Amino acid sequence: MTLEPLKAELEANIPGCQLEIVNNPSPSGQHSLLIDPGHALAIALYLRDAAHLRFDYLSNVTGVDWPSRELSEKIKVKKIVDGPDGPVEKEVDEVVKTQTHAHLEVVYHLYSMALKHGPVILRMRTEDRADRVHLPSFTPIWRSADFQEREIFDLYGILFDGHPDLRRILMWDEFEDFPMRRDYVEPDDYEYEPTAHDDVLKKTIAHYTGETPGGAA
Amino acid sequence: MATHPYLPIVVLLAGAIGFAVAPLALAWIWANKFSPQKPGPDKNAIYECGLETSGEAWVQFKPGYYLYAIIFLVFDVEAVFLLPFATAFSGFGAADCLAMLVFLFLLIAGLLWAYQKNVLTWS
Amino acid sequence: MDEALKVELGRQGVFATSLQELYNWGRRSSLWPLNFGLACCAIEMIATTMARYDLARFGAEVFRPSPRQADLMIVAGTITKKMAPQVVRLYNQMPEPKYVISMGACAISGGPFKQGYNVLKGIDRYIPVDIYIPGCPPRPEALIEGFMALQRKIDAQQLTGENRPRHLNAAEPSEFIVPKFGAHDLEPTQNPAIWHAPQLVNITLAPDETK
Repeated sequence: MTLEPLKAELEANIPGCQLEIVNNPSPSGQHSLLIDPGHALAIALYLRDAAHLRFDYLSNVTGVDWPSRELSEKIKVKKIVDGPDGPVEKEVDEVVKTQTHAHLEVVYHLYSMALKHGPVILRMRTEDRADRVHLPSFTPIWRSADFQEREIFDLYGILFDGHPDLRRILMWDEFEDFPMRRDYVEPDDYEYEPTAHDDVLKKTIAHYTGETPGGAA
Repeated sequence: MATHPYLPIVVLLAGAIGFAVAPLALAWIWANKFSPQKPGPDKNAIYECGLETSGEAWVQFKPGYYLYAIIFLVFDVEAVFLLPFATAFSGFGAADCLAMLVFLFLLIAGLLWAYQKNVLTWS
Repeated sequence: MDEALKVELGRQGVFATSLQELYNWGRRSSLWPLNFGLACCAIEMIATTMARYDLARFGAEVFRPSPRQADLMIVAGTITKKMAPQVVRLYNQMPEPKYVISMGACAISGGPFKQGYNVLKGIDRYIPVDIYIPGCPPRPEALIEGFMALQRKIDAQQLTGENRPRHLNAAEPSEFIVPKFGAHDLEPTQNPAIWHAPQLVNITLAPDETK
């Protein structure tokens, strides 16, 4: 299913919604539609109920953690450089470093059982990954989102507004961390690693020497 | 040699008591001699599935279960009495048949009451 | 009694024994396992009890659904940190004498999931283990071999003296600390009374000199 006509249709039917197509350059080419949380429920309802779409089956909900990364990009800049014969204008390579915006992301895979088409992949992003991590829950629209959204809450810490029963599902209730986030600090229980190598070896050494693991993520 | 007629019973009684008490006595002796008792809070806990007990055992159950039990009784009693009734049906007179129909009527009335009370639809 | 004389008497149809041997024979011939499985190793454990491998030959066919009636706990599978307190509590609720078989890589050390955020690195951190059966999962033959090893271990136990097993010694505990759910990990992360990290032999703890 191509996303461009779907995007145009959604924009025509749901006024004010902001959509963006996220292209997937890999061979699978599963492009996805980034939707804004404010109109997410309206978009989901339209996708489920429109007669020619009828996405009645939410097969998969996934979380993704995007911490702030440093992107370095080489661009050519014209600059005045001190040459042997005085200042000369020259093309110089300059590295521009930008920080990406840190956020958490949820990915929904939709299929239509009735019309046998799909998947349409929806993405939603939180504003940041610290305290503004609220997203609307799709559980009232697709019941199969229930446990999967609970799992994402458990492992990534995304708070789904409108979820009927948002509790931890894999970890115990007293647990405070979010283990699938990239900055999760695991408990230091590397006292016995008989076949340690790579990262585990570094952590074992760190456990015994008291140093912070250098390079180990 | 004359024996008291109750003597075999006394012998059997002694044997029975010995049979019951001897293993217990052996276990008691064994525990005192070799195997010390080690009770503890977990071992003496009531619940056995590994989770800790929470709440009271005296909780209220849904009345739907009781109604189901009553309806089960209706059909159960019906089946129990209908089977002998059917096997001896040809030998009955009019009065017996009437008595049986009254019995059946009471059961059917119970079923109708349950139906009218919406008990048969589980919600 | 002389061992050779005992064998000779047995050949003639006269059986002699000692209280200790009788006691050990009785215990090892009716080891009733606790009926619980944690992960894929449990499937192999079930297969072991079925007709083809037939654990009943060793007196262990009665898998008890209650810890009160079980002698043997076969920890078969990955122990998640969420499950660990329940396993320890079940062990505590078993009456003495009780034995533990740690079946499979996960129950021994966490196995392939060792670095997982919710995986306990071996049940021996909380309860004393008698027999370790490596494998992922171990085949039924391996479980039977482990079971026979446990029987041999029971056979060699002494009724009195310093080396008598834990359940005959009043000073040794029968219950072990049940870990609590903490904010980041189980508390405590191990029972220091029964587990300490073995000495690492094959790795040097100095920072990598090969690089």
